[in-house]
Amino acid sequence: MNIFDRIMSFDRRWIFLSLAIVCVVTFMWPFHVPITLSNEVRSIYNRFDSLKEGDMIYLSVDYDPNALAELHPTTYVLAEMCFRKNVKVIFGTLSNLGQGMVDQVIDDITDSVMLDKTYNGVFYEGREIQNGIDYVFLGYKPYPAMVIQAMGLDFRVPFPTDYYGTPLDSIPIMKGVKNFDQCKLVMDMAAGNVAEMWITYGHGNYNVPLALAVTGVMGADMYPYLNSGQIFGLAAGLLGSAQIEKLCDNPGRAIDGMRIQLFAHILIILFIIMGNIGFFVTRRRKKMGGDVR
Amino acid sequence: MTWETFLWTTLGAFLTLCTFSFLYKDNPFYKFAEHLVVGVSAGYFALVLYHQILIPNVFDKIFDGEWWYIIPALLGIMMWTRFSRKYSWISRWPIALYMGIASGMAVPREMHARVIEQMHSAMINIIDMNNIMGNSFFDTASGIAKLIVFIGTLSALFYFFFSKEHKGFFKGISQFGIWILMIGFGASFGYTVMGRISLFVQRIQVMRDWTVVAWADEASGAFAVFWIITFGVFAIWAVFEIRKYLRSKRSTA
Repeated sequence: MNIFDRIMSFDRRWIFLSLAIVCVVTFMWPFHVPITLSNEVRSIYNRFDSLKEGDMIYLSVDYDPNALAELHPTTYVLAEMCFRKNVKVIFGTLSNLGQGMVDQVIDDITDSVMLDKTYNGVFYEGREIQNGIDYVFLGYKPYPAMVIQAMGLDFRVPFPTDYYGTPLDSIPIMKGVKNFDQCKLVMDMAAGNVAEMWITYGHGNYNVPLALAVTGVMGADMYPYLNSGQIFGLAAGLLGSAQIEKLCDNPGRAIDGMRIQLFAHILIILFIIMGNIGFFVTRRRKKMGGDVR
Repeated sequence: MTWETFLWTTLGAFLTLCTFSFLYKDNPFYKFAEHLVVGVSAGYFALVLYHQILIPNVFDKIFDGEWWYIIPALLGIMMWTRFSRKYSWISRWPIALYMGIASGMAVPREMHARVIEQMHSAMINIIDMNNIMGNSFFDTASGIAKLIVFIGTLSALFYFFFSKEHKGFFKGISQFGIWILMIGFGASFGYTVMGRISLFVQRIQVMRDWTVVAWADEASGAFAVFWIITFGVFAIWAVFEIRKYLRSKRSTA
């Protein structure tokens, strides 16, 4: 058995093992990876940066724990940015396990915002954020398309109460807020077809200014919506989250993870090249009638 | 870190290792984690549905005097007749109603958002001389990018057009279409790889945090014991599997 035959019958578990070793070793070796900023992510940051004190936005946390790695950093950074700027946030989720995600974000950001911090040269004094005054969490409802349609009419139709059971009418932040007309933008962090429902029903029906943070798997599929102007920004995968962290000057797990991505990708590219060489050489031998073994 | 938080984190770390053990081969650790996730998710979702939908959107409404909410509740109950052979026909009524509403809502909106808007953006202003180079080489809003998108879309569509034989000039277009499709699939694959590695990266970060807490100077010594037990279980399993593998190698030789 020559080297090319060995490549073609390579046990995939060696690939897993080598990938694990590369990831763990890279993780223990701290070094800086430059993050290149893309226009579609910069556009999200610019829109958030232009928000004024007292403005309101809708953050839709439409992912489960299985997409937490890619989308949680974006949610953390953007939510913190809003609270630091005194922008009011309506949280909602159209993913059945998304409530835990929002709960975790609110808990952690509440602690973080209590500290004095400086982002992009601007000093922000620590303060306590309060449920009902700085934010409201609507909770979860199934059938995303119908919930988005209903929210476009009135938030109170699908969500008569918030997540904690308080009627929306008795929540201070919701006074005078009826539907998306009172929101400056909708930011959807999505893993799954909820993103397309926001485009179809949110932007399509109510023309809401919409931006998406999606998982890497969905990234390439969402670019046509960016070019058509149906969304004003797009952050795809861990790279998108890392770009947002960099723009917000709030480095976290996404930037931390990018150096591992770098070496993992190099290794995978090497394996792809090896596999292709093995495939083409053995195929050529077969065609020439030679013995493959 | 409190005892309670540490124990939950340890359970998370243990389940992470259980799941990764599948990469070697199917085993009882993986099976345990798999069944636990499915069971917990189903139980959690049932409670969420009860507290977030049935209570505020059905029961509270009916008890507040909005009795017409009984109608959708009854339609929902009718769906359950599917479990009876004799009465399953009743479930067709709510399904028909639901399908009718969903189709009526979806068809015009989907057509607009995913066909007409896309056709519009692909065809209008394809030769944008004012912004021919864009802001950078990869600027998707540049004139060149728009032209490439237009030509690429037509070529890729032509590849699936079988009323005209793909010969000569048309063969070239269809070949270009294949290349465009392959580039699209490649981009999706690249993003998918990034996504999968991101999941692994996040688990490494969690394991790192857990290890740091377990071995911190101010932490209780019992934290370290839990850490050792968790890894110890998998270390013993790994040794057992390696021995089994070596024995089978020896016997085949």
